Amino acid sequence: MMDAPLSPAAQVAAENDMAVSRRSRFLTLPSLFIVFVFGVLPLVLICIYSFLKPYQNGGVVWQFSTDAYLNFLFQRDIFDDTLQFAPDFLIIYGRSIFYALFTTVVCLLLGFPTAYFMATRPPEQRNWWVLLITIPFWSNLLVRTVAIMFIIRDEGLINDLLIYFHIINKPIVMLYTDFAIILGLLYSFLPFMILPLYSSLEKMDFRLVEAGYDLYASRWQVLKRIIIPLAKPGIVAGSLLVFIPALGAYVPPLILGGGRHLMIGDLIAQQFGSGRNWPLGSAQALILMAAVLVALYFYSRNETGPVKHG
Amino acid sequence: MADLNKTLDLKRQAGFGTVAIICLIILYAPILVLMIFSFNSGSQITKFEGLGLSWYAAAFENQEFYSATKNTLIISFTATIFSTIAAVLAAIGTTRVKPWPGMSWAFMIINLPLMVPEIITAVATLSFFALIAGAFGLNFGIGNIIIAHTVFCIPFAYMPIKARLEDMDLTLENAAADLYASPWQAFKRITLPLLMPGIASGTALAFIVSFDDFTITQLVAGPGQTTLPLFIWNQIRRPMTPEINAISTILLMVSILFISVSFIISKSRKS
Repeated sequence: MMDAPLSPAAQVAAENDMAVSRRSRFLTLPSLFIVFVFGVLPLVLICIYSFLKPYQNGGVVWQFSTDAYLNFLFQRDIFDDTLQFAPDFLIIYGRSIFYALFTTVVCLLLGFPTAYFMATRPPEQRNWWVLLITIPFWSNLLVRTVAIMFIIRDEGLINDLLIYFHIINKPIVMLYTDFAIILGLLYSFLPFMILPLYSSLEKMDFRLVEAGYDLYASRWQVLKRIIIPLAKPGIVAGSLLVFIPALGAYVPPLILGGGRHLMIGDLIAQQFGSGRNWPLGSAQALILMAAVLVALYFYSRNETGPVKHG
Repeated sequence: MADLNKTLDLKRQAGFGTVAIICLIILYAPILVLMIFSFNSGSQITKFEGLGLSWYAAAFENQEFYSATKNTLIISFTATIFSTIAAVLAAIGTTRVKPWPGMSWAFMIINLPLMVPEIITAVATLSFFALIAGAFGLNFGIGNIIIAHTVFCIPFAYMPIKARLEDMDLTLENAAADLYASPWQAFKRITLPLLMPGIASGTALAFIVSFDDFTITQLVAGPGQTTLPLFIWNQIRRPMTPEINAISTILLMVSILFISVSFIISKSRKS
């Protein structure tokens, strides 16, 4: 405590300058401790595991090895110990990237008009629209994916209805196909596209649209030359928010792919389960993480970059 | 007149409303189908035979459902309480203060669970608990799941609390200090009551992400530590009955309830 008779306000100001900084650091400690010990250290641990040898019943043997990374592209021949090119994992990675890109494009094509429609509603209606899009965003993904499964099964709702109305006589196989997984991804991540697009369109200055029409632009020209360029930050943010989780998706391919069309997420989980190759699973997780970091890098560059007006 | 309005409405783009309706159908049709068939009295999951609550009754008599509910509630409540307390403190420590050295790092670490794909968090946490169980003989049982959940609940609780704090200025706290309130009194009588909507919203989000989590729980859970999402996963690998629709509907209703509450609280602060 200070001896000089300071007013309480001045004391507060002095305290703000000195103690608050220390106190605020102290206040973040519980969160930092929990996330660091149980969130960051495990990630460091799988970095280490990816350079070790697998133990036959799961877990690791503490011996340095780069096999996990070599296994990504090659398979060791069991007879003469030579490495042979094996593209199995590469195919799964390629498939995951394709599914994720395809999902992102479809989400954008559906999400942009929806977000624009929401942003041009009267303000009191907008809140209801946002709530309607937010509810699936937070609802149980497993349950929602199971619901899709019930609808597209051979004996599911769509096939039953088509057979009932004699449009087809035997069910169309939809479950456990590429279509099923992409539908599942689209359905899971559509709100991730709509919400950021909406927040960038909501802030848009519609006087620019008006100016476009004054200069005899058609609706399509206004959309292409004014609205889409202004919504670009939202488009980039939404695309990444769909692409990143879609790339590492686990639940949709697990339930709707039935183990026939693996994605990276299933592959990683498999190495820690029936595959019993933790180092390989760790290496694959890190490769996925690297892909995510690249995407996040572009995102952060987009967010902080200068706003260009065409 | 209506047609004239449409052509004069400069914001309008043809067909966008239709796409919006299509999106709503995509998002809600599966959920609605699930809910409708939970009231089916027949034994087929998507063939309606009659209205009835028999599958809800079956669910409530199911011992496995009962114990999964118990586990889920223990895990979600504990993880929500821990993560909300940690998040409140962290939000106060990183909002309305002069940036301190390392604050941007602290911010990044707190938000890390949002950036890492869930499956990676899941296998990393599994590896970590396996290591401490192997090296130190430490196994917290259901505590492992609680810890894993607390980690990813923190950023979800942190965000709305931080947003609420950013909307509050320091005038009232300074006034309290002028009236010789101790920092603790000022916190308890001024900051905390004003922060309550943010805390409520954060608590709701933390609870719902914990309650709904499947991926991380599936990998970290040991034998007998079945939560509701794991219970559903076990059910769909057996011959299915509408009981699963009934249980899924209960889970969805919990999500919708908490999300709506969180949404309404966060909207009411702005008006």
